[in-house]
Amino acid sequence: MPQLDVTTFAPQLIWLTITFTAMFFIMWKIAVPKISDALETRQMRLEDNLKKAEDLKREAEATLAAYEKALADAGAQAHNDIQAIQEKLHEAAAKEEAELGEKLDAKLAKSEKAIAAEVDKAMESVRDVAIDVAAEAVQRLTGEAPAGDNISKAVDTVLSDKA
Amino acid sequence: MAEGQSPLAQFEIKTLVPIEMFGVNASFTNSSLFMVLTVITVSLFLIGGMRRSAMIPGRWQSMAELSYVFIANMVKDNVGSEGRPYFPFIFTIFMFILVGNFWGMMPYSFTFTSHIAVTFAMAFFVFIGVTIIAIAKHKLHFLTFFMPPGVPMVMAPLLIPIEIISYLSRPISLSVRLFANMLAGHTLLKVFAGFIISLGVAAGWLPFVFVVALTGLEFVIAFLQAFVFAILTCLYLNDALHLH
Repeated sequence: MPQLDVTTFAPQLIWLTITFTAMFFIMWKIAVPKISDALETRQMRLEDNLKKAEDLKREAEATLAAYEKALADAGAQAHNDIQAIQEKLHEAAAKEEAELGEKLDAKLAKSEKAIAAEVDKAMESVRDVAIDVAAEAVQRLTGEAPAGDNISKAVDTVLSDKA
Repeated sequence: MAEGQSPLAQFEIKTLVPIEMFGVNASFTNSSLFMVLTVITVSLFLIGGMRRSAMIPGRWQSMAELSYVFIANMVKDNVGSEGRPYFPFIFTIFMFILVGNFWGMMPYSFTFTSHIAVTFAMAFFVFIGVTIIAIAKHKLHFLTFFMPPGVPMVMAPLLIPIEIISYLSRPISLSVRLFANMLAGHTLLKVFAGFIISLGVAAGWLPFVFVVALTGLEFVIAFLQAFVFAILTCLYLNDALHLH
């Protein structure tokens, strides 16, 4: 059995020592650090990305909340504005209406005055015409002109009775 | 059988380059050649696989990382975080034996792990190293390792010798397991391969099928023995660091 040949032990052990030591140093100083670096880098990258994703999610949620708040605020603001404008419009409308009413009242009063004046004037001319007609009628019936004062007095009496 | 065709002929150490240092035979032999090939293969495999060190590993890089993670988990599970400093050594032992065994599966190659001198040297180195670590860490308290806690004092005279013998036999069992597995497997392959020729065309196919199946089995054993050697090293290291 070649395994029991003691003369081969020395070269086997010497070369085992040489090769195993060499391999140990290659593993220890080069291969193992290389692989562990790669694994650690990947692990860190993964954790980093997960953290980033978490941050982004939180940011997105904050943005959404802010958006909703802004939306609600804007709604409330718009509501308030509409109410304020409505009130203002109401006020302006009321004011205008009042002004218009006053103006119309003034115009109405003026018109009524003018009408009254016209009526007075008309009444005046009606008296003159009545006096003339009465004088004419008296002259045709009696053949003589009546005394000037009598006729106008009679007309006045009749008009004041009617008024 | 003629010389050279014996099933054990494959284990012969042949001197390739005779070297003598300080009166000691340090010749470069076929065993040395495959040790050197193993170192080169493992180094190329790992360093070559990591030459780009991509964030998303390719096949080669995945295999290099897988071998690392495999042993890293083994050390973590069996020794704990205190085993970290010893990881490069256990990783070296595993890869050295594994690739040495695989090289031995090549036809006409040489399996250096089939020699008791080599396996015992590695096992003995592990044994001495582990014992030094234990004594350095626990000082005299290390001796309680041979007297498990909770055992009645009456048992001590019986138990302590048994524990000491079992502790001392560790390097023997560790080295013989690897050496015997390699020796037996390769011998068996050779014997069956010899049958193919002697039985001829008529019945030679039967041992041929056996050889094919055995070759597959031998690959499994090549891995398994490297794994066993590494995991036992972890367990011994765990004993040394934590006692019982």
